[in-house]
Amino acid sequence: MQLETLTKLNAARRDRRAAMVVTDLGSNEVRVIIEGESVAGPLGEEVAKAFRSGKAGTVEIEGRSVFLNAHLPPPRIVVIGAVHISQALARIAPVAGYDLTIIDPRTAFATEERFEGVELIADWPEDVLKDRPLDAYTALAAVTHDPKIDDFPLSEALRVGCFYVGALGSRKTHAKRVERLREMGRTDNEIGRIAAPIGVDIGAASPAEIALATLAQIVQAFRRRDLVTAG
Amino acid sequence: MTVIETLDPLLTAESWKRAGRDVAIATVVETWGSAPRPAGSHLVIDGEGNFEGSVSGGCVEGAVITEALDVIESGEAKMLEFGVADETAWRVGLSCGGRIRVYVERLS
Repeated sequence: MQLETLTKLNAARRDRRAAMVVTDLGSNEVRVIIEGESVAGPLGEEVAKAFRSGKAGTVEIEGRSVFLNAHLPPPRIVVIGAVHISQALARIAPVAGYDLTIIDPRTAFATEERFEGVELIADWPEDVLKDRPLDAYTALAAVTHDPKIDDFPLSEALRVGCFYVGALGSRKTHAKRVERLREMGRTDNEIGRIAAPIGVDIGAASPAEIALATLAQIVQAFRRRDLVTAG
Repeated sequence: MTVIETLDPLLTAESWKRAGRDVAIATVVETWGSAPRPAGSHLVIDGEGNFEGSVSGGCVEGAVITEALDVIESGEAKMLEFGVADETAWRVGLSCGGRIRVYVERLS
């Protein structure tokens, strides 16, 4: 492998973009393909398949043995709302291998004391997501109950194709939310992706149980995902 | 690099190479049966035998490092195979009973 090839790969990984290392095991030539780059012919089909599965493996293409190694960004969770549920979620998510960030402009909630050791940003989602955009490898959970805070990131998450989008709130609250998201330009298909009420149904009652149900739902969405391919 | 990044073999390989060190990259390309690390896992090795990452649970790293030094010297990529069925199993085999193929190439 050439240093430039490795540099391209590492830059993509740092930017949270999916990349594929293609090694011709006969000629030992290596190239890196960033998801979205077009690749013609049978190699293109195999590359697209490997991006979807996220697995590494050897394929035979026109008599050549080619090793495909998918580098997908690690999954992460962005939580809107520094509430009681988030405190529990922030503790269990890292155990399951998920990075977690909490965003909440309300400084009374977003305190260092309540979220020791957690990445916590006390600012409006509109401002935070400008510098740190959501992507297909991010799960978004909106748990403030406040449309002023939740609606924008929910709409963004649907627009960019986050692999999971969940929102806390009763069915009645959600019906109103659906109306607002329509007004923000989201399609019914997109809105239908929102998990609401949030979490798998395990009869969760306490904040910690809701956090657990939400994390389980996120893992399910990630493992059974049909990742939206970046354009 | 941050602490997490120093544990990332491919970031390590890039920074080693930029610092003027010779580097080889070993990659698990195939596994059969129970194997400790899945296909796609990396071990990176420098010309002094320093390494980062893993291709097994520590079972065959020693042998891969030795081969990697050859690859750094010659520039020729190599395919290595390890497993209990292998005649070298008594020396470097996988105790878990699986087999793996490891591709070793020089970073140029």
